[in-house]
Amino acid sequence: MQPCRLVAQAIACRRGDRVLLRGVGFALGPGDALHLAGPNGIGKSSLLRILAGLMRAYAGLVEVAGTLALADEHLPLDGHLPLATALDFWRRIDGAVAGEDLFGLDDLGDVPVRYLSTGQRKRASLACMAASGAGIWLIDEPLNGLDAQWSAVAQVAIEAHRAAGGIAVIASHQPLLLKNLATLALLDLVP
Amino acid sequence: MSRIGQIALIFRRDCALLLGGARGRGGASLPLLFFLAVAMLYPFGVGPDARLLARTGAGVIWVAALLAAILPLDRLVEPDVENGFFDQWALRGLSEEAVMLARVVAHWLCFGVPLMLATPIAAGLLAIDGGQLTRLELGLLLGTPGLAAIGVMIAALTAGLRAGAALGGLLLIPLAVPLLIFGAGSLQPGGENGLLLLAAASMVALAIAPFAAGAAIRAARD
Repeated sequence: MQPCRLVAQAIACRRGDRVLLRGVGFALGPGDALHLAGPNGIGKSSLLRILAGLMRAYAGLVEVAGTLALADEHLPLDGHLPLATALDFWRRIDGAVAGEDLFGLDDLGDVPVRYLSTGQRKRASLACMAASGAGIWLIDEPLNGLDAQWSAVAQVAIEAHRAAGGIAVIASHQPLLLKNLATLALLDLVP
Repeated sequence: MSRIGQIALIFRRDCALLLGGARGRGGASLPLLFFLAVAMLYPFGVGPDARLLARTGAGVIWVAALLAAILPLDRLVEPDVENGFFDQWALRGLSEEAVMLARVVAHWLCFGVPLMLATPIAAGLLAIDGGQLTRLELGLLLGTPGLAAIGVMIAALTAGLRAGAALGGLLLIPLAVPLLIFGAGSLQPGGENGLLLLAAASMVALAIAPFAAGAAIRAARD
């Protein structure tokens, strides 16, 4: 994995004619993790999309070194395909080899994606991100819909990614049990 | 994996989805059946006079092709926007324009080519003779790529809108009128030059569509 870096400088985020956040700044290097904390609707997901380069920041700068992966509320898999085939599409796009089945999806390989439960969809979304081989993970509510066992597995996967030199930015309203986790309380940045 | 390889994978997925259809996507058969249904119903409407049918039939085929192009619009781009496919492609550094160009080609293969294959059947139903059929097929070969390009462009513009499907149909009609005029005009005696204008109109649509559709996808993210 190439050394990755994610720096945000004085980012402001606007939705419609309302400025949601102002002055968001942080610098992350290999192995760092950041928890974007705050109540619903504060702009966590919008901030992730700005970091991903999918939305323009109203003000400020984002500096990225390394590849990005985003796991948000969309599941980029074709609903009518069996899970294994749908995941394979992204594996081939990313030129990745089949890795370890971290999220227990092998047993669900022949289930059409549209029949997956909320938690299973979340696991598929995380697996997609993990398989992309990207250095910087942007994760929106990674623990939503996951039971205690899979929450632990997801957090172990994030720790493993950090140990390998990756960065994780996690937007969540739930507490996370990660080591040396920096927390950015977005409530303090509402203008 | 190389960019070309990635686009080739996306193109193969597009073809599979557009041809076979899936939940929420009509597939290639629906516009085709609509097209043949118009050719079948028209003689019932105007009567079995073979001379009248032969004189007006080719124009009816053009109108049917244009209206058939409206049917697949709402499932052409929208599901991929909804499921975040375009976001994931953008994160991997693939330009929206390249993805859209692949989609235009895939859409033409799954919409234009079946229409051209069905045209001899429609021509039989409308008493169109061999010379006229050849001219018609040539016109469709030149015109349907433009129709596919306009379709993808409009599908991208209306993706995510609440009344997107209805709006798409309304938007397609004025944009496709030049194709209809030159396509049907080329069938008149001495109308061969219509084919050149048809090709030109088709080329303009093909050149603009990937950029307009790509810009529409990016604009919808904000």
